[in-house]
Amino acid sequence: MNTFEKITSVKNTKKLLAFLAVFMLSGTNLLMAQTQTADAAAKPGVNWLGVGYYVLLFVVAATVIAIIGRILKVYDLSQQIRGKKGMNWNNILGVMCLIFLVVGMYGAYWDITEQGSMSLPEAASKHGVRIDAMFLTTTIITMIVFVITQILLFTFLFRYRHSDKRRAYFLPHNNTIEKVWTIIPAIVLTILVIFGFFTWQDVENSAEVKGQPTLNIDITGHQFAWEIRYPGADGKLGKKDFRLTAGANKLGIDFKDKNSIDDVQADTLVLPVNKVVRLNIFAQDVIHSVYMPHFRVQQNAVPGLPTFFKFTPTITTEEMRRKVDDPKFEYLLYCNKICGSSHYNMQKVVRVVTEDEYNQWVAHLKPYLTPALRTELKLASADQNKSITENRLALNN
Amino acid sequence: MSTLAVHDHGVAHHEEGHEHHHDTFLTKYIFSQDHKMIAKQFLITGITMAVIAMLLSILFRIQLAYPDKAFPLLETLLGRFAPEGRLDPEFYLSLVTIHGTIMVFFVLTAGLSGTFSNLLIPLQVGARDMASPFMNMLSYWFFFLACTIMLSSFFVQKGPAGPGWTIYPPLSALPQAMKGSGLGMTLWLISMVLFVASSLMGGINYVSTVLNMRTKGMDLWKMPLTIWAFFLTAILGILSFPVLVAGVVLLIFDRSFGTSFYLSDIVVNGQVMPFEGGSPILFQHLFWFLGHPEVYIVIMPAMGISSEVMSVNSRKPIFGYHAMVYSLIGITVLSFIVWGHHMFVTGMNPFLGGVFMITTLIIAVPSAVKTFNWLATLWRGNIRFTPAMLFAVGMVSFFISGGLTGIFLGNAALDINLHDTYFVVAHFHLVMGSAAIFGMLAGVYHWFPKMFGRMMGEKLGYLHFWLTFIGAYLVFFPMHFMGLDGVPRRYYAFTEFASMQRWLSVNVFITWSAIMAACAQVAFIFNFIHSIFWGKKATQNPWQSNTLEWTTPVERIHGNWPGEIPSVYRWPYDYSKPGAEDDFIPQTVPLSETMSSNVPHDFEDNPAGLEALSKWSNAQQANQEVK
Repeated sequence: MNTFEKITSVKNTKKLLAFLAVFMLSGTNLLMAQTQTADAAAKPGVNWLGVGYYVLLFVVAATVIAIIGRILKVYDLSQQIRGKKGMNWNNILGVMCLIFLVVGMYGAYWDITEQGSMSLPEAASKHGVRIDAMFLTTTIITMIVFVITQILLFTFLFRYRHSDKRRAYFLPHNNTIEKVWTIIPAIVLTILVIFGFFTWQDVENSAEVKGQPTLNIDITGHQFAWEIRYPGADGKLGKKDFRLTAGANKLGIDFKDKNSIDDVQADTLVLPVNKVVRLNIFAQDVIHSVYMPHFRVQQNAVPGLPTFFKFTPTITTEEMRRKVDDPKFEYLLYCNKICGSSHYNMQKVVRVVTEDEYNQWVAHLKPYLTPALRTELKLASADQNKSITENRLALNN
Repeated sequence: MSTLAVHDHGVAHHEEGHEHHHDTFLTKYIFSQDHKMIAKQFLITGITMAVIAMLLSILFRIQLAYPDKAFPLLETLLGRFAPEGRLDPEFYLSLVTIHGTIMVFFVLTAGLSGTFSNLLIPLQVGARDMASPFMNMLSYWFFFLACTIMLSSFFVQKGPAGPGWTIYPPLSALPQAMKGSGLGMTLWLISMVLFVASSLMGGINYVSTVLNMRTKGMDLWKMPLTIWAFFLTAILGILSFPVLVAGVVLLIFDRSFGTSFYLSDIVVNGQVMPFEGGSPILFQHLFWFLGHPEVYIVIMPAMGISSEVMSVNSRKPIFGYHAMVYSLIGITVLSFIVWGHHMFVTGMNPFLGGVFMITTLIIAVPSAVKTFNWLATLWRGNIRFTPAMLFAVGMVSFFISGGLTGIFLGNAALDINLHDTYFVVAHFHLVMGSAAIFGMLAGVYHWFPKMFGRMMGEKLGYLHFWLTFIGAYLVFFPMHFMGLDGVPRRYYAFTEFASMQRWLSVNVFITWSAIMAACAQVAFIFNFIHSIFWGKKATQNPWQSNTLEWTTPVERIHGNWPGEIPSVYRWPYDYSKPGAEDDFIPQTVPLSETMSSNVPHDFEDNPAGLEALSKWSNAQQANQEVK
């Protein structure tokens, strides 16, 4: 039978390919070993042997493909000479579409179970739970559409592959079905929009809730670190002015505002659990982004445009460590807007603790107004005022 | 030659003009004003740029897969950009930036629209050339200049632009902030202004040709979907590209003349800068007012090409032609009011975010209609697997896979956690990267005979398709999950975070998939060049297609048709019409010659024709009764 031969020839090709893959993989291992040894040398030279190996590999692969191509052509011609039809590529490709569908669907399933399970643990904030619920809904809906449409696409390709005996069915349009598949997506999307719109409004809602005092924390991004400022005993953060940035006053805190006097600095972002936190977000040089994926929090830090994000952490670091079964787990805050050479390493540890632990910790923080800074400012304050007014005058002119 | 542009029917004196017109090498291949040659120039430049941008991506993929390894070869190749055989972090960002810029603008905008709008608009609407051939030539040369300047930035001391292809200020405005904001950035901006000029000249030409130079009988509703797509794409470009120029010019002012359009309250390295009162968000608005229509500028020609290719090779009319056109128009209009979905977390007013979310998810409806119509086109077709067909189908598959993740990202609440992660990278590489490049490749395989008079090798085309198709999925599918784990894009290495180190093995896998897919492109390049010179000679209508371009001679003469421009009598999708002799009826065949296959629908605005049809069918019936 003709088709049988075709399938076997496809199998042969596959064997060759598999052989090639093994060859390539073993070669890769060999090369890796070589680069490792090369690393040991003080100044590694170019490993021309390795380069040559890859070039050779490519040439071999290309040659094998060319030979296969020739064989196919000769086979095709010989079939034609014998009065047979030759290879029917429409059938071969139709079958390949079907194989791709099955393997692809299994691959997608494998990927979703294997790597999907590597995604973030449950949301550690109040609004995050709602976002996750919506994520799940959207995933289910889109997954259904994905599976159905891809199955239709590739089974149609197989089922309706070319045949000389058949003619396609002339179907220019069908208004009913077109209306149906306009309206159904419209309805589904409307539901998602409404769901999403209200979640978004709630997440971004900054109104103060009675009986829930907000903890204000300033976070300032610059190349390539974050500065964290907690309010002192008064619970209020003092004003800032970028023009005051100088020497030890690296955030440009305005110490004429008496709320600033007791503001404290911290290395770690420590948050009390189940308390409303408002992160006031600033940037000094370029745009950064405060990204805390475990809390489903992200907000850009924009120079000249103070932003904020209000959220309530719900799971302490200790609890989360138990949940993910990793004693070293830490919540992280990192930069998620391209900001320069060390963008990839601009992180802060975030620790969610109980209220008692928080109070203990916050009591030990150092104030921004160090004695050194105090003397520096006392001396400079008069000059500085003058220079600022001069600047303003210059600008107005 | 000037008579070529004149749109006069029924006068058969055109061909005499060419007999004593001699092209020198310079006027034929370099400063050509023939739209077919300009299309080829765009195509070859586009392919070259695509190869360069692909190689750049392989370089940074190697860095992501082996962040701890030194590759001395890289130092040999890149010199100071890869000291000790490891990519410099700032050069990594430059690679990412230039890869994005080249792919989006130079390959998928100019390479795709430039090639196929130029080639197909005159041929498919029945015109001798573009409305303004000289401007068309200028369009190509501005594009070429833009490419040259962009690539030249690799040869300046501090390297090419590095703040991402979106060049957000202040990063792009402050040379102190990174090396890539120095001279390289200036060159980027100059290149982009030239590029936009090129794009506008092209776009104006496309629109005026489609509107004014259609042949007799070619009313708008008889145009192939390719032409509809190129026409609407050109309108999008004309309306949105000038906004980018405005944004870029203001950025040049901020960079070079001390203005503060985008800058305010800036302290760099402890030094207070004098900028006050500007807004970085303003730039983002201006950029994305182009940037979002831009992704439709990229995908709509691919949609048009795929529609045409799928209809021809399914031997079936495109399903819901009117719905396809209206959904293109819908996408065109809506694409202007969705740009804010790139800015949900940038500090834009949250209320605006909500509004942009609504408009964004509305645009999914026309996209869904298009997808279903493509599926319905395949249903009960008689599908020929030409390489072009495979790529068109691949485009649909990518468009579905990538489009669905857009529903996540368009949702402001979900975007909070997904913004700027690998989920976004996966999304747009599938929906506009891979889908658009597959549309472009479908076009290359399909219209290669029209460009070079020869056929491309089919078997190599199959190999190219499968390796690229599988490769693209292997590269981009796993990236979704990295994004769901909160892995940000544009990170030089994932070594500094314990939570990201476990993705290293996936990165190795992705890199090798990318290398495999890149090697597969050699099959294409070889096939392309080999077929130009030694391919099988093409016949006049190798795909049994209905559209006008296949009525021109294989020799591709200047002026397109040797005699009169043919008139058009029907829509372009009469495939497998019941009652017809062949399974295709070209647009140039009058309805009076196909009485046996006519249906009442063909005479919607033509009562006389309808009457003739009913008379004819009555006569047929009478005949049969007599028998």
